[in-house]
Amino acid sequence: MEPITAPAIDLVSLAPVLVLSVFGIMVLVTDLFIGKDKSVLVFISLTGLLMGAISSLAKYNLPVHSFNGAYIVDHLSVFFTFIFCISSALAILVSVDFNKREGIKVGEYYSLILFCTVGMVLLASATDMIMIFLGIEIVSISLYVLAGIRRNDPKSNEAALKYFLLGAFATGFLLYGMTLLYGSTGSTKLVMIASAIRNGGVASEPLLLMGVVLLIIGLGFKVAAVPFHMWAPDVYQGAPTPVTAFMAVGPKAASLAAFYRIFSEAIPQLSPSWEILLCVVSVITMFVGNLGAIMQTNIKRLLAFSSVAHVGYLIIAIIAKNSLSSSALMFYMLTYAFMIFGTFGIVILLGRKGDENLEIENYSGLAYKHPVLALSMTIFLLSLGGLPPLAGFVAKFFVFSAALKEGFLILVIIAVLNSAVSLYYYLKVIVFMYMKDPVKEFDITLSPMTLFVIAISIFGTIQLGIFPDSIIALAQAN
Amino acid sequence: MELLIFYPLAGLCVAFALGVVINNSPVGSAMSLIAMMLGLAGIFVLQQAHFIAVLQIIIYAGAIMVLFMFVIMLLNLKGSGEDASWRSRDKNLLMTVLSGFLVAGLLYKILCVLNSGEFDSPASLPENFGTAREVGTILFTEFVLPFEVASILLLVAMIGAVVLAKNKVD
Repeated sequence: MEPITAPAIDLVSLAPVLVLSVFGIMVLVTDLFIGKDKSVLVFISLTGLLMGAISSLAKYNLPVHSFNGAYIVDHLSVFFTFIFCISSALAILVSVDFNKREGIKVGEYYSLILFCTVGMVLLASATDMIMIFLGIEIVSISLYVLAGIRRNDPKSNEAALKYFLLGAFATGFLLYGMTLLYGSTGSTKLVMIASAIRNGGVASEPLLLMGVVLLIIGLGFKVAAVPFHMWAPDVYQGAPTPVTAFMAVGPKAASLAAFYRIFSEAIPQLSPSWEILLCVVSVITMFVGNLGAIMQTNIKRLLAFSSVAHVGYLIIAIIAKNSLSSSALMFYMLTYAFMIFGTFGIVILLGRKGDENLEIENYSGLAYKHPVLALSMTIFLLSLGGLPPLAGFVAKFFVFSAALKEGFLILVIIAVLNSAVSLYYYLKVIVFMYMKDPVKEFDITLSPMTLFVIAISIFGTIQLGIFPDSIIALAQAN
Repeated sequence: MELLIFYPLAGLCVAFALGVVINNSPVGSAMSLIAMMLGLAGIFVLQQAHFIAVLQIIIYAGAIMVLFMFVIMLLNLKGSGEDASWRSRDKNLLMTVLSGFLVAGLLYKILCVLNSGEFDSPASLPENFGTAREVGTILFTEFVLPFEVASILLLVAMIGAVVLAKNKVD
């Protein structure tokens, strides 16, 4: 019996994954030895995220392929790793005071966020269908649990259960799509699939296209694109607010990165077939997201619909699939992280134990009592709506110009109109804050960590809006 | 020799598959399903796919069926009783006819393919294809990264289950 020759294992390119996993396990183990005060865990996980971000720079001369072409370190993956680490760190920072207030005392909370980040990094760096699937599953399973972490709250339970059932179902579609792609091209590696399609090595064309459709369904669910967005409002509303913010940024960015990679690297040859499908998905996602948000009275549901609409804009970047659009995607997700965490930071500040003040009415008159908070909220909302000179405008501008370069004029016109519609509901909140009398007393504890997150987010939103050049240059490096 | 083993196994599989559908009590159905899975595992062994055969037994006949039994017992389904077992449920004529057509079409297609002679010369596979040894080799060489990452996935799932099901949160 001859021994198996060990394959070349490139641990250095896996560095962020290893660092984050080690810190995740460290959080779990430390949790056993400390009492009820979990602030040590916060410290450990923040250190882990920082080191994870730094370790993603371990490779130069990008791109580096490793593990037989299953894993890649390139500018896309490094940039996204930074976005994930930033968004997870912000999520942990806003969680600290929230968890104290709401009595979430499980130390596993932090390790789940770290493991979720591991999954996201894997997703952004995977170039093999199996790895993409595993990444998506790690991310989703952590999120199911995080959504339901308030076990005594029926809303939280509902969110977790709904998310889990629908998510498991969507995973089935995704896996089926991958299987069909494998069956018709004979490989799970993105590069091999592309070359099989290019060289006519496709066993069955209809099965291949069917696989692409199923992939769009599966990934569409994970990024909450219409018509697979049904879960988003309920889950966003029911999950603990920091988890909602986390869900809206990191995992969504990761799924979009994988989405982009599959469609631009594995099946670009088929773009005449999937382009029109994605265009339709993008248009209805924008419309349903924006029109749905107008009706909402609950701020978390409003932000859920707004995040659905943002996915609509981001799918345009996937459709365009040129070098400009990949950097637009990265830049958009970075600015989106700041805007979302800022907004949710304020939503968290306004809540109290047992009364989260989530109705938009509760924001009436905020500007008289807490002018700075109201001003910050205004900045975030206007940036989400895409007004210059804030970051949201620049991000949308890049996505739309990438699409224009490929000649998607009508799609861009629809998107611009939609972003005008979106201003309506963002302004509605602002009107409530500035022009209505308070309906009840504000009882706000200005907790330092959350304020810190808001400050960072304001800085990011304005900085990226006025001086986007340096970050754009980083994103365009590939 | 192979045929001698194959036909009894196939017959058993079909018989137990029928048993799953016809059986009156849910527990009986589940038991027939297990027996059917074991038969299938035997057929996999005949096809040189030892690894899949073992997985079939461990995962389907073992883990998944245990889950099935748990659900059946938790729901406390009675075989026949006042809750009109499924056998006497209203039959939907349209659905019956439609599924009849579906089955007939499938059988026709299968016959066509069999007659076309496409399967007369099966594609030749490498000698050890599908054996536990071969699968293991691939798992530790080509797919070593997914193999290791799967362990993170399992760890996360385990943590999640413990967090959600833990008896008392202090």
